[in-house]
Amino acid sequence: MLRRAWVVFAKELRVEFRTHELTLTTGFFVLLVAGMFSFAFEPTSTEARALVPGLLWLAFLFAASLMLQFSFLREQIDDTLSALRLAAGDPFAILLGKAAASGAFLFGIELVFLPVFAVFYNLPLHLLSGALLGMLLAATAGLSLVGSAFSALVARSRMRELLLPLLLLPLLSPVLIAGVEATAEMFDTGSADARWWGIVGAFDVTYLAAAWLLADFLIQE
Amino acid sequence: MSRARRALIVATAIWLAWAGYAIFIVAPMERTMRELQRIFYIHAASGLAGLIAFFGSFLASVGYLASRQERWDWLAVALAEAGEVFCTVVLVTGPIWARPVWGIWWTWDARLTLTFVLWLLYAGYLMLRRLSEDPSRRAMLAAVFNVFAFVDVPLVYFSIRWWRTQHPGPVIAGGPGSGLDPRMWHVFLIVWTGLLLLLLVFVQQRYRVAALEAVLEEEECAAPQERALTKQGS
Repeated sequence: MLRRAWVVFAKELRVEFRTHELTLTTGFFVLLVAGMFSFAFEPTSTEARALVPGLLWLAFLFAASLMLQFSFLREQIDDTLSALRLAAGDPFAILLGKAAASGAFLFGIELVFLPVFAVFYNLPLHLLSGALLGMLLAATAGLSLVGSAFSALVARSRMRELLLPLLLLPLLSPVLIAGVEATAEMFDTGSADARWWGIVGAFDVTYLAAAWLLADFLIQE
Repeated sequence: MSRARRALIVATAIWLAWAGYAIFIVAPMERTMRELQRIFYIHAASGLAGLIAFFGSFLASVGYLASRQERWDWLAVALAEAGEVFCTVVLVTGPIWARPVWGIWWTWDARLTLTFVLWLLYAGYLMLRRLSEDPSRRAMLAAVFNVFAFVDVPLVYFSIRWWRTQHPGPVIAGGPGSGLDPRMWHVFLIVWTGLLLLLLVFVQQRYRVAALEAVLEEEECAAPQERALTKQGS
């Protein structure tokens, strides 16, 4: 199963490295949010320190909710979902491979734009700690999985571009709260309360189990 | 309309009239909040009815995924819509009550936020159904979303609880020192039963509509072929 998921993952990566469509547009979106937010609030550097945890997570979650819909939409447009099912077989492997690829793109974008946020909002660079990266990675894993599953869910509906964020963002509210609170605590004291890790961890495990149970229903031609 | 259905509707109407009488006449005056407290009966009873409806909708979706029988899907949508109505009542009566008592319309405390997120999740569920283009897949996709949304509830609950809390602690079945005056309990149970009857009426009607819609969709799918066949014949 993991080998099949790996095949899908590698295929997604190849497609993306040939075009750079997803990563470029999503990265551009994150940059845009970082800039626009500054225009809207003109924070001083002390204010910025209080605002950045929320802004950071909102920017990444919005970017994710825009990017993830292409996970399955591409297969829908090119009519390649049946081929993918024949090649990879197991629907959960397809979902996992796609989620892993989306997660990798998103995490890459987060890595690139964290320093950009630090520069724009005059944060000391030592605040971008390993713990923060770990929190981002854990959250990105869960939200990529749910987002990819929802991408399959809305692939055949009207207004799907709007529908996906509407379905995904309320579901991600625990991740947003835990992520923002943890980031704020990390900025203040260097480490975050264990319960925020617990929320994000529980989110990942819950939806891994749900995706495993429900993948057959989600991905059908 | 069958006789049983009509009887249920009439009984519900009478019960709700009685509940209204109980709220305004029978229920004792609360010491500090005076008349304002009477909104509690509608607010809390709607909240409980809405939670039951959402939970039932989740179970019906699980039933659909397990059995693939359409009637579970009809039940799931009926309960989700009814739950959304009760949830809306909670979200509207809450601020009306909070403003004079707490001095604010809204606060992002645990239960308010949870109710709001639940409302958003089930609004998403209903939108997904409406925008789904493929009727044969709609039931399946909606059921999957319902399960995904419902397992989120404990996570939302704990994240918000650790985030902040202002809502009064559990009054019903809380610890020692909490609790309702027995007369208030009595009124609450009358109102709650009335709202559960109303829930039953809503669900029963909406279930029928869903079943009729399914028949209509089937006929619409079959119609073009039939037309083509008659054209060939003539």
